[in-house]
Amino acid sequence: MKINRRGFIGSGIAAAAVLSSPMVMASGRPRVVVIGGGAGGATAARYLAKDSKGAIDVVLIEPTRTYYTCFFSNLYIGGVRDFTSIGHTYGKLASEYGINVVHDWATGVDKEAKTVSLAGGASISYDSLVISPGIDFVEGSVAGWDLTSQNAMPHAYKAGSQTQLLKAQIEAMPTGGTFAMVAPPNPYRCPPGPYERVSMVAHLLKNINPTAKILIVDPKEKFSKQGLFEEGWSKHYAGMIERVGPDFGGANVEVRPDSMEVVIDGDVEKVDVCNVIPAQKAGIIAELAGVTNDSGWAPVTAHDMKSKMDDNIYVLGDASAQGDMPKSGFSANSQAKVCSMAIRGALTGSKVFPAKFANTCWSLIDTNDGVKVGAAYEATDEKIAKTSGFVSKTGEDDAMRKQNYEESVGWYEGITADMFG
Amino acid sequence: MLFGVFPAFSQNDVEAGAKVFRTCKSCHSIGPDAANRTGPHLNDLFGRAAGSIEDFKYSKDMMRAANGGLVWDIEHIDMFIEKPKSLIFKTRMAFRGVKDPVDRANLMAFLRQFSDDPSNIPEAEPTMAAVDPDVHPLILAIEGDKEYGAYLSGECTTCHRVDGEDDGIPSIVGWDVEDFVTALHAYKNGHRLHQVMEMTAKRLSEEEIASLAVYFSEL
Ligand SMILES: Cc1cc2nc3c(=O)[nH]c(=O)nc-3n(C[C@H](O)[C@H](O)[C@H](O)COP(=O)(O)OP(=O)(O)OC[C@H]3O[C@@H](n4cnc5c(N)ncnc54)[C@H](O)[C@@H]3O)c2cc1C
Ligand code: HEC
Ligand code: HEC
Repeated sequence: MKINRRGFIGSGIAAAAVLSSPMVMASGRPRVVVIGGGAGGATAARYLAKDSKGAIDVVLIEPTRTYYTCFFSNLYIGGVRDFTSIGHTYGKLASEYGINVVHDWATGVDKEAKTVSLAGGASISYDSLVISPGIDFVEGSVAGWDLTSQNAMPHAYKAGSQTQLLKAQIEAMPTGGTFAMVAPPNPYRCPPGPYERVSMVAHLLKNINPTAKILIVDPKEKFSKQGLFEEGWSKHYAGMIERVGPDFGGANVEVRPDSMEVVIDGDVEKVDVCNVIPAQKAGIIAELAGVTNDSGWAPVTAHDMKSKMDDNIYVLGDASAQGDMPKSGFSANSQAKVCSMAIRGALTGSKVFPAKFANTCWSLIDTNDGVKVGAAYEATDEKIAKTSGFVSKTGEDDAMRKQNYEESVGWYEGITADMFG
Repeated sequence: MLFGVFPAFSQNDVEAGAKVFRTCKSCHSIGPDAANRTGPHLNDLFGRAAGSIEDFKYSKDMMRAANGGLVWDIEHIDMFIEKPKSLIFKTRMAFRGVKDPVDRANLMAFLRQFSDDPSNIPEAEPTMAAVDPDVHPLILAIEGDKEYGAYLSGECTTCHRVDGEDDGIPSIVGWDVEDFVTALHAYKNGHRLHQVMEMTAKRLSEEEIASLAVYFSEL
């Protein structure tokens, strides 16, 4: 049977059609199923479809109809961007690239039969499977917090309604109130993300609630771009931000969502907003597929992002344990292109070139005060290994920082066009 | 500074330089009454930050280079004058360049006179230019592989848009192959400063640059 491509987009009737077919059969062309339409998955699906020019049947499984990027979600919180500007839909991937976009959850993978089961009941067979589900949270990593507390104490570490909720809570803070962030332990997605968020929260509060305070409770000794952030915080938000590191109990924290309290090393702090960013692991479907190890992440070979546990499965982005690359949208996008080239090579015999990876992450500290960090990577037999890198310097002039910000805006347009067409 | 220090330029150099400056004069003025014309005035040029003359409207690319920290030291003036496009690709300075190194050294001697403290300014030895903004013809002659370029382009399109939009990041589609190769080599050998592009270009081989140039030229 043939899948009606357009039918899957935004149509309940088409979804029912999938439900009624117990198994979507291969159509003669090799089929690649991609789980997760984020930075890794959307890029992989688009490049597979685009570069194989129809020779590969690409199916993308993604439950949400609008993907809100985590990147720039902090800028939304800061009031620098509006919410709709970080939302993206899958229409073009279906209509222009011929990708079968199935809006459903993947609930399991049968590695023997090479099929993916969906929450709606259908099962889809694959020749190669790409898994790029992002992250899930490690249960019990922050005492007192679990997913049922996410409305009282949002994580906003998957973008969308959580991000809107966090912003609304900050806007509703009493004058001179306290915003607390429980920062995550390594490794987690977007190393500078929590600190960019603090910057953007400070930016927002400076405008609407200038006597408010920000408290960061952090289990880590050091964090990404620390010197740059601390310089920026004392320049733009003097006296507003306090950080409690592990030497003062930052690793010994409990939260009480009912009474809005944070307990740091036994001391109870009453707060008004509490952003809990728990410890992280690969998105749960990677675990269900049996491609993760004890670390909670999915080990892959650096040359092609192939799972070390299964020859027909590839894992991209945050979920993968690949070596030196930070868990970022840029990294996921970069890995997706190497992976789709390797899969095309394996399935259609197209040329395979040596893997090359890169990453650059910008962070906005205040209006027009952007900083960046980046690196280039290559594949070794052991891991993805860093070969060179750079980072912004403290004391740079305003023009340079403004340019960084402008570049980041250009990059956002670039990467989202690269993901969604 | 990679330049050898020379004894002071002789009067001849300055005079010869004044003659070379005639080619600039249609657009630039220099000296006590200098004002902005088609180009900005060139007083105190040595050590001056690029794009820093207020109320002169520079091109977008010049401002980009300026924001990136470009300062007019002798090395960069030399490079810019030899081939403006190699340093600032879309500069509004519509000028082919001064090819003869002796002419450029003389011109430099002339320009130095109008800077604050000429004796502090290192002097260029014409034949010892440390860097050559022109990419070697053999490199320009390398034939790129379009398919390889297409794969490599994946690294670029995370930032550069294939539809030619240039909001925040310049467009690189539809360029002349030679210009593209020249621009990437300018980052590769450090003539043009930009953290991301230097890192990107430094790990590209000559063949890879040629392949990217062919691929992007046809978009
Ligand atoms: C606040 C914040 C700021 C950030 N800023 C930046 C930045 O400036 N630059 C940068 O490069 N990165 C940034 N990041 C990191 C970036 O968002 C992630 O690294 C990136 O999204 C990872 O891509 P991915 O494909 O691994 O996962 P995601 O982009 O999260 O995509 C995963 C997708 O899989 C879907 N999915 C999950 N489970 C299933 C399932 N069972 N079945 C089907 N679909 C499923 C999800 O719905 C989701 O759409 C930031 C992150 C945060 C939280
Ligand atoms: C056709 C006109 C024209 C000619 C001829 C010309 N220039 Fe220019 N020059 C310009 C313009 C226009 C700019 C501004 C460029 C931009 O914004 O991209 C400029 C910029 C410059 C700058 C950078 C100044 C700054 O403030 O950053 C220098 C240095 C310079 N020119 C030197 C020269 C010299 C030396 C010559 C002769 C060898 C010359 N130019 C010939 C038009 C000209
Ligand atoms: C992380 C973002 C990023 C990536 C990735 C990137 N570039 Fe760039 N590129 C830039 C920025 C920003 C500039 C402007 C730099 C400057 O001011 O000199 C630029 C400038 C350029 C220029 C000069 C443009 C001009 O108008 O003079 C060329 C050519 C170029 N890039 C080619 C490439 C190629 C080829 C690749 C891939 C191999 C690539 N870039 C990857 C951000 C990027």
